[in-house]
Amino acid sequence: MNIHRRELLATAAWFLAGTIIARANTISGRLPWHPDAGHPPTKVRPGPWKYFTLDEANAVEAIADRIIPPDPETPGGRDAGCGVFVDRQLAGPYGRSAGHYHGAPFQKGTKSQGPQSKTTPAELYRKALAGLDEYCRQKYGGKTFAKLSTADQDAVLHGMDSEHIKFESADAKIFFDQILKDIQQGFFADPIYGGNRDMVAWKMIGFPGARYNYLDWIDRHNQRFPLPPVGIAGSIRWTPQG
Amino acid sequence: MATRLPHKDVCIVGLGWTGSILAHELTDEGLEVIAIERGPWRDEATDYPPNYVQDELRYRIRHELFLRPDQNTFTFRNKMNQTALPIRSWGAFMPPNGVGGGGVHWNAETWRFLPSDFVLKTHLTERYGANFLPDDMTIQDWGITWDDIEPHYDQFEYLCGTCGTAGNLNGTLHQGGNPFEGPRSRPYPNPAQKQGYGHTLWAKAASELGYKPFPQPSGNMSQAYVNPLGVRMGPCTYCGFCEWFGCGNYSKASPQTTILPTLIRKSNFAARDNCEVKRINLDSSGKRATSVTFVDTSGNEWEQTADLFILAAYSIFNVQMLMHSKIGTPYDPVANTGVIGRNFTHQCMSSVDAFFDNKKFNFNPFVASGAIGMCIDEFNGDNFDHGPLGFVGGGYLGQVQTGGRPIQTTSVPKGTPRWGAEWKKTVAQYYLSNLKGGSIHGSMYSYRDVYLDLDPTYKDRFGRPMLRITIDFHENELKAAAFMTKKYAEIVKAMGAEKVEPKPRKGPYNVTEYQTTHLNGGAIMGTDPKTSAVNRYLQSWDVPNLFVQGASAFPQNAGYNPTGTLCALAFWSAKAIREQYLKNPGPLVHA
Repeated sequence: MNIHRRELLATAAWFLAGTIIARANTISGRLPWHPDAGHPPTKVRPGPWKYFTLDEANAVEAIADRIIPPDPETPGGRDAGCGVFVDRQLAGPYGRSAGHYHGAPFQKGTKSQGPQSKTTPAELYRKALAGLDEYCRQKYGGKTFAKLSTADQDAVLHGMDSEHIKFESADAKIFFDQILKDIQQGFFADPIYGGNRDMVAWKMIGFPGARYNYLDWIDRHNQRFPLPPVGIAGSIRWTPQG
Repeated sequence: MATRLPHKDVCIVGLGWTGSILAHELTDEGLEVIAIERGPWRDEATDYPPNYVQDELRYRIRHELFLRPDQNTFTFRNKMNQTALPIRSWGAFMPPNGVGGGGVHWNAETWRFLPSDFVLKTHLTERYGANFLPDDMTIQDWGITWDDIEPHYDQFEYLCGTCGTAGNLNGTLHQGGNPFEGPRSRPYPNPAQKQGYGHTLWAKAASELGYKPFPQPSGNMSQAYVNPLGVRMGPCTYCGFCEWFGCGNYSKASPQTTILPTLIRKSNFAARDNCEVKRINLDSSGKRATSVTFVDTSGNEWEQTADLFILAAYSIFNVQMLMHSKIGTPYDPVANTGVIGRNFTHQCMSSVDAFFDNKKFNFNPFVASGAIGMCIDEFNGDNFDHGPLGFVGGGYLGQVQTGGRPIQTTSVPKGTPRWGAEWKKTVAQYYLSNLKGGSIHGSMYSYRDVYLDLDPTYKDRFGRPMLRITIDFHENELKAAAFMTKKYAEIVKAMGAEKVEPKPRKGPYNVTEYQTTHLNGGAIMGTDPKTSAVNRYLQSWDVPNLFVQGASAFPQNAGYNPTGTLCALAFWSAKAIREQYLKNPGPLVHA
């Protein structure tokens, strides 16, 4: 949870002035200047899982590699860091649907009324991943999803997608749509969030990344942009690895 | 108990585009003005600096700059006989929050409506006869004409430094501009922005089919510009992170880059941020606003008294405020009485995606600005004969791709698997050679059963009923969408696309599918207090010391982005306050 610097200053002013009037902040005379008011992002660091258990992480990384399989040019979802991305997202505001409206009553609506579930993404992953491994153990002689052959993994994922496979613990189709979206977003998001490691996804498609100025390029029609991608935290060539 | 603050001449609720314009105009009149804003203060270089704002996940996918639904959301249903359910996360539209409002994260597409749009009911009835319009369509004239509003479009464009090519200068048509636009008194203050390959190729194909393409009017600067207030903007760098993002480069017109730097220096202006106005309080007659009650982030209540009140929140929040303040008669769609909540509209957007041979076409989609693009206006408003078509309304067609942000633009043709090796290969194949900016900006006219009222079940964070949205598409809009999408697809085919995927808007209205943030109506302007909430100067019929700004005043939507029009209306309203109201405070129009 970030605390706004201005809120800290306002609180300090309240204590100093000792009057409630000081709490209602008035802006006048000049533009307020609060450096870093936009909260520079914090780079995801490698390290232990923040949300997933080891079993959950194994399943998610295996799923990531089926949604985005490795090929000779571009790593798959696992090596691109998509599992790390999802883990860090679930450990943060996204995992608890922060900012979304959570008020009761929860009622089932029409498709056009949008999601009405009480379940947060973090809860959905926990329940559905347990359901997935349980399904696989029963169907594939005690093996978890991560231990299946890639062909069997694909078959399970297709079954979830087409609603032929159901879990006891959670809606397998809703979970599949969620993890598909999350893995693909992690693949294409800025690498500071843990996925798209070394900007592999951007290199694959030809997106030059978080660049600031294309004034020289707006007129150069139908020419391939020559520079490699950069991320918010810079280029991999600028930073020592390790 | 609310703590009462020192009296002011004017209290403005909301410091976005219209609040900033009104504050500027009324401080120039020497009045003491306070603006109260629900969200935080925001400024360009500090809040969205160019070294980290290019973050699609944070700003586009996770909605960083927008209001949080847990602070204020709405319930939604398609039909009056359904149970409305809360919008738990944003989808179809994105309510803004904070100083600058929607002006922070808009594309800066700065359009004028057509002269006939302001007299729509009269115009269509005269041309096609009253029976041509659907029975339940409730379109109205605005109570103003082109001649009233044109000087204020001009004022807003010069404030913003809008970049474009004039099509109709004082009645003389000019090549390269929009030949359908109303006569303009001056050219655009800046030349049009440059265009990318996809935009240019689209315009060439449109031209070969006999249309008259023109550059989209843009509030992203084509060159450095100093506006009439002395505020300076820098040239846009086509970084491709404009819509949904703030511009730390001072290149996109917003209250921050055009008004606030001078406004804040005026000794008779002050603003409060992170303060949410709960209601406007009336005196015992119910005819005069006396104060607003607002809440700060600690939950403390404050009362601000003033002589004149300007409601300048985002359109739907204006309507919410009027309802909670019990100003005006709430609309009842069954009895067809009342005005607050009546004639609510959104937009009926369609699109066409196109995939090209990547050996021949490289669009570099990431090189773009927010309001870049080439458009045609042949199918907007009543620019074409609707007689044989059986619908009214239309929209501009444009290739207006605003960037190549990869989470949202890695499209694959229909029939491609959603995941796996084939998906991955196809994404790589088409990223540089697909066009996603095929936009059909369809109008949405007003209907008796599309409206806003208070929800019987769900409550907001103050324990008050939530605002309830009842909206669906009607056959008229869906017919128009199908017609225009077909026309658009012909242009894309002529460009040489391998695969063309027309996506005409289909019903029902779905609250999860983003269209635009152009919610309109609910507190509309007009000439009759029985069918409008405010008069032609945006003055409340019921409470004459209250003026209600913004797109909530639109009696119906047009086939354009609304900001140019709602800001022109703000200048028009400000002029009436300065020249008429202040001399003799009271109703400016006697019904």
